[in-house]
Amino acid sequence: MSSFLPPSERIWWNTPIGKQEIVWIGIALVWCLIMFLMMPYWHIYGKQNLSNEAYQTTPAHYQVKVDEMVAKYKVGEEAGIPVVKPPAGSDVYMLGRLWQWYPILELEKGQSYRLHLSSMDWNHGFSLQPVNINLQVVPGYEMVLTVTPDTSGEFTVVCNEFCGIGHHLMLGKIYVKEN
Amino acid sequence: MAQFRVCPDSGFYFDKSAESLMKANAVAGAVALLIAGVLALGVILTRWQEVHLLPADLFYQVLTAHGINALIFWVIFFEIAILYFASSTLLRTRLAAPRWAWAGFALMIIGAVMNNIAVLQGNSSVMMTSYAPMQAAPHFYLGLILFAVGALIGCFVFLGTLVIAKEDNTYEGSIPLVTFGALTACIIAIFTIASGAIILVPTFLWSIGYIGHIDAAMYRVIWWAMGHSSQQINVAAHVSVWYLIIGVLFNARPMSEKVSRSAFLLYIFFLQLASAHHILVDPGISSEWKVFNTSYAMYLAVLASMIHGLTVPGSMEVAQRAKGYTKGMFEWLRKAPWGNPVFSGFFFALIIFGFIGGITGVVMGTEQINIIIHNTIYVPAHFHATVAVGTTLTFMALTYLLIPLLFRRALFLPWMARWQPYVFSAGMTLMILFMLGAGTLGVSRRHWDMDFTGAMLSFEYPGTAYTMMAVAGIGGVLGVLGGAMYLIVTVGSLLFGKKLDQSAGLFQSFGVPLASSTYDVVQPERLLMAPKLTVEEHGSAGFEAPGTFVLAMALLVCFVVYYYINWDYLASVWPLS
Repeated sequence: MSSFLPPSERIWWNTPIGKQEIVWIGIALVWCLIMFLMMPYWHIYGKQNLSNEAYQTTPAHYQVKVDEMVAKYKVGEEAGIPVVKPPAGSDVYMLGRLWQWYPILELEKGQSYRLHLSSMDWNHGFSLQPVNINLQVVPGYEMVLTVTPDTSGEFTVVCNEFCGIGHHLMLGKIYVKEN
Repeated sequence: MAQFRVCPDSGFYFDKSAESLMKANAVAGAVALLIAGVLALGVILTRWQEVHLLPADLFYQVLTAHGINALIFWVIFFEIAILYFASSTLLRTRLAAPRWAWAGFALMIIGAVMNNIAVLQGNSSVMMTSYAPMQAAPHFYLGLILFAVGALIGCFVFLGTLVIAKEDNTYEGSIPLVTFGALTACIIAIFTIASGAIILVPTFLWSIGYIGHIDAAMYRVIWWAMGHSSQQINVAAHVSVWYLIIGVLFNARPMSEKVSRSAFLLYIFFLQLASAHHILVDPGISSEWKVFNTSYAMYLAVLASMIHGLTVPGSMEVAQRAKGYTKGMFEWLRKAPWGNPVFSGFFFALIIFGFIGGITGVVMGTEQINIIIHNTIYVPAHFHATVAVGTTLTFMALTYLLIPLLFRRALFLPWMARWQPYVFSAGMTLMILFMLGAGTLGVSRRHWDMDFTGAMLSFEYPGTAYTMMAVAGIGGVLGVLGGAMYLIVTVGSLLFGKKLDQSAGLFQSFGVPLASSTYDVVQPERLLMAPKLTVEEHGSAGFEAPGTFVLAMALLVCFVVYYYINWDYLASVWPLS
């Protein structure tokens, strides 16, 4: 009734609040604060956090870095894409372009790498399966994060940001070998 | 001179020009929903891998148009109708500047048609988000801009109407809660459209060659300031409609005006930079910024939704208990009119919005958890729970109320209307739950082929992912069927529904006013304040709505458990820093 009539108090701020609502607001507020604090908590104690490291770049500039790494550490080729095995702890580069992730990386289990990601053209989505790590890859920006593969095997990078008609063709690989 | 008719069933006063505008906007919204629904079938039958209906180009084209028609055109046309209802009708006042309102409507129609033509022509399959530097045809952006300008005019007509009501002293005291909620939606809409202008105008200029470069990261931040905030217009609007529906059906009054209104205020104060949810795994944005903004500043806007989650059903429970449905915890709910689609639609929307949409939204909007969810099909599952059920089903329920009151028609095929919320909710829930599951397994959103046919490398999702997408497909088809039932009832009612008295023929249903003899009131009597309630004694705990409290605690338990399940899942993926 009064949901579509003017409230019975001229100043709505003066209407009383029932006990039930106060209790619920209290509970809900506590829960909201817990959820808020979980994020900084995880930054301190959790192991899965994105870095704040990123650089503005250009496709040409980024391509040079990728090519340097490929020339230095190429160990093979698969489906026309070079397979690269950079040393543990080093900077590794991957680029997304229509419609390919380049190059294929071979990493060692338990070692940390500084992974650089950027796009040569449109937005792409770095979706590492089946681990299920999903990152946005934005042209003009180079994201750097430290990854420590703790499982070995063959992992696939699916593009999960729509990038045109060949979107579904865009797969990449990361191999993690036991050392 | 303003002219009003009194609705003999509800006692609402309808201003002649406001009435025509509401009808026109609601009908335009329903047309957009029809388009979105037909396209939805194409989307879901392609994602169901065993069916895989459409070729890639058509799929992306259909998906683009589906998103825009459903998330923008359908809801905003309908919301403009709600704004006019909540101002002119509820405050018993004439609508401000009806010619401007019609101009706004015309712009919205032109914009919507122009955008749809652009997508239909095939060069603008860029998804609703149209992330630069992927480029659509210029009239794709121009259509959206014109539509937004039209909607903005509608917002100002609403505000003008509030001013007129105040000037003419048409009501006592404060504006009603429903109008207050609509005002919240309107304010959010204005800053949403401003964000939209900041990004879409330069993007349009870029598409015709006047601007050389649009920064891809900036585009995402500002576009989402429109894209996400626009969904908060829906939340504010559909929560207002919930209060309206419980008021009409149960004669319910809010448990506390102060609590409900303060919750709306929290929406306004803490919503901005809602874009944060979408850029949690983007480069170049700091963690502090993400943490603060994704949580809407310590989740105070989530708090607002949790408050409405208690007060909406709580107000209904109090009203039902006053009528004598006091047995046990849930007699008030058991004895609710489950056969009335206005009620069942509203209640399913409330439950699915809260339990599925709300919880998944907060979980995936958590900075780190987003790593395991971003751009998977979990995301569309979430917003189908919030918008495609929460908002859409609420508006459907409201339509069943408005067909007799506004359009003066009896419902066509009432049995179908009765079952519609059940079919729609069941189908959508099935689809949503299994899409959530598939997303957790990493299945990508906006993806034509989960088999990756033709790719140089190969990858196979687990078999469960295929099963889940198939079940989601079945749910989606059922949901589309529920949507079709809604449109059959609605269109059927307007064309063939029995005319209720004060009716003036076929065309009135589509926006042409009733016969002028119907409008025999020049100025309605002043709207009085709700009568005061004598304070009642409560039980020992002093809880007026114990059943609702149990439901709210159930929500909280699901929330907490599911939240930590996701942290646990996150902890299992490769360490990142």
